[in-house]
Amino acid sequence: MSTSLLLLLIIVIGFIAYFAGRARSLAQAGGKLSNLHSLPGYHGSYVAIWAMLPAALVLGTWLIAAPIYIDGSTRAALPDTVQSQGTAAVQLALGQVKSVAGGLLRLSGEEVAALQSGAANLRSTLAAKGVALAGEGEPYMVTVAQHFNAMAAANRWLMTAAVLLIAIAGGIYAIRNIATRFRARNQVERVILGSLIVASSIAILTTVGIVASMLSEAGRFFTMVSPFEFFFGTVWDPRFAAAGSGGASGQFGLVPLLTGTLYIAFVAMLFAVPIGLFAAIYMAEYASPRLRSTAKPLLEVLAGIPTIVYGFFALVTVGPFLRDISAQLNGLATGNYQNFIQAQSVVTAGIVMGIMLIPFVSSLSDDIITQVPRALRDGSLGLGATRSETVKKVILPAALPGIVGALLLTASRAVGETMIVVLAAGVAARMQINPFEPMTTVTVKIVNQLTGDLEFTSPQTLVAFALGITLFVITLGLNIYALYIVRKYREQYE
Amino acid sequence: MNIMSEAAVEKALDQKMNTVPFKMIGKDVSVYYGEKRALFDVNLNIRENTVTALIGPSGCGKSTFLRTLNRMNDTIENCRVTGKITLDEDDIYDPTIDVVELRARVGMVFQKPNPFPKSIYDNVAYGPRIHGLARTKADFDEVVETSLQKAGLWNEVKDRLQEPGTGLSGGQQQRLCIARAVAVSPEVILMDEPCSALDPIATAKVEELIHELRTNFTIVIVTHSMQQAARVSQRTAMFHLGNLVEENDTDKMFTNPDDQRTQDYIMGRFG
Repeated sequence: MSTSLLLLLIIVIGFIAYFAGRARSLAQAGGKLSNLHSLPGYHGSYVAIWAMLPAALVLGTWLIAAPIYIDGSTRAALPDTVQSQGTAAVQLALGQVKSVAGGLLRLSGEEVAALQSGAANLRSTLAAKGVALAGEGEPYMVTVAQHFNAMAAANRWLMTAAVLLIAIAGGIYAIRNIATRFRARNQVERVILGSLIVASSIAILTTVGIVASMLSEAGRFFTMVSPFEFFFGTVWDPRFAAAGSGGASGQFGLVPLLTGTLYIAFVAMLFAVPIGLFAAIYMAEYASPRLRSTAKPLLEVLAGIPTIVYGFFALVTVGPFLRDISAQLNGLATGNYQNFIQAQSVVTAGIVMGIMLIPFVSSLSDDIITQVPRALRDGSLGLGATRSETVKKVILPAALPGIVGALLLTASRAVGETMIVVLAAGVAARMQINPFEPMTTVTVKIVNQLTGDLEFTSPQTLVAFALGITLFVITLGLNIYALYIVRKYREQYE
Repeated sequence: MNIMSEAAVEKALDQKMNTVPFKMIGKDVSVYYGEKRALFDVNLNIRENTVTALIGPSGCGKSTFLRTLNRMNDTIENCRVTGKITLDEDDIYDPTIDVVELRARVGMVFQKPNPFPKSIYDNVAYGPRIHGLARTKADFDEVVETSLQKAGLWNEVKDRLQEPGTGLSGGQQQRLCIARAVAVSPEVILMDEPCSALDPIATAKVEELIHELRTNFTIVIVTHSMQQAARVSQRTAMFHLGNLVEENDTDKMFTNPDDQRTQDYIMGRFG
């Protein structure tokens, strides 16, 4: 029986259990619902939970554990000649056995016999049935594959039987528990609490897992390249990973990438902060409710545009525009129509990223500005201050910590942005201060190092993890600091 | 500015209140919030250097009327005011009038103390700074000191002027807000239930202060407390359901009101 069918069966049992539990509690209530501690629905849910949850847990565990056991057993069944060749060979043989096992199911008895005796070629026979085999295949594989198939079939039966048995047993156990004073409601509450806890731990554990895997991979990188060279090296030239060479033949200097990242983020913030902040002030303090209700969502639509779209906006429009206008300006000034802004440059990326960030700045700041109590506004207006005086002298100072927090959150987005930079600032890892020349960022280089055919043992690919963890630490620091500031600010008005 | 000597005020009080000249005149004042009408043709005049108390049950329009006097209602969406209100001779709803200047002449103290998140000194210096009432550091120091003295707060805060105003106690915060309003040297000070968020001791201090401020300022106070109105005011106006029921000398109002509704409200039969 297939797993999905089994799952469906469990659900059906759950349904039956629900109605059975409900009916039993109703019968016990004797026509008077107030006799029951919990409503019939809770009794039903309680029985359904007992029918489904243990069964589903067993099913999940089985699905994970059984293949490991079967693989182990199959590996042991391989002939000694293969076993002695090392793990790679065993792994390869195991893969082939599994393909053969899949193919065997489609063959007739005679064909199998022919294969076992070595009379027929394994690869061609299977190929005729539409099963591709990586190698030529050897006769022993047929035997092992049969062993594999037998185990898989037995496993399936066992699993089906066990799971269904547990589902039914759980349901019956729960039904026997039902009584008028039975606290089904509290039991259901506990299960709900449990599932909420599981959901949140999944989120947290994933984060922990990602960080741990990045740390361990970065650790492997640092065994090949010294951390000093990585963090303080000023040349980024990783070369290509030569197959099998393994050694560190390139230079992995973080400094040019980090400079590029911070430089581009800085230009973007230079562009986004004033515009976003002024837009927020207008929206929060001046705009009429009608204008606000249409303009604010429009502004926030900008935040929904995928960054790749901004990327080709930069590539096709902004970059060439800046290049051409710089050529014109240069021509007017010196008579030489040579552009001084490259189409791909720090400014191009900065401006386009700045546009992307405007809605973040304005939306976050707007929320913070509107949080400033109305009493402060009235107080200032009541003293005869104009609106802009009120904004400048009372509202912005009061909202400043929150706004700084918002800007830090925005900055961490700017640091992590990739697509716009690839298209707008290029991939050249250079260290220079001219904003009109191309530069590149950490994220772009991560993409660069991880595209194409990879071998996860060379420093050329492992460096991506080191870059990733560096970036992660930077943005994490920014975010934590921002949240700290925002929270501190909130407390002021409570 | 109209500063009467204390003796003159006492003299004026000795005479019948209704001989004191009018500082503000409200004629047929109506206020609408959108479609809803909150005030119905109110005719109420505010006498100079007098404390006028506005009383009445919740939602009777007394705060609304107060806020028309310095056009704070302008900050509320959909709020419309008709009728005429003058300050001295100026129609304050005249389109050519500068609202900002008006609010400098008619200051306001709010229900909840709302000091700015700045130092005590900067809170008081805020008004003079934006209106250019002081130039040098010494000028500012003087304005701050006299204002805090007028608000009866100087002795409590003179050693910690640079500490945040939000760190003061509720009663001190409210007196700081009064000092802040006084620092602009307004002619009229509007107070919207200034003691409703304060404890009895702080309330007593603020009431005492209101009494003293009357020498220099015309004061209009909205209050829910009948005792407070009786204690601090010379004139009382009673509002009910957006109408002005009665306006009279406070003494008369609380002993022998003309209107049955006033009588009922004062006796606690409704509201």
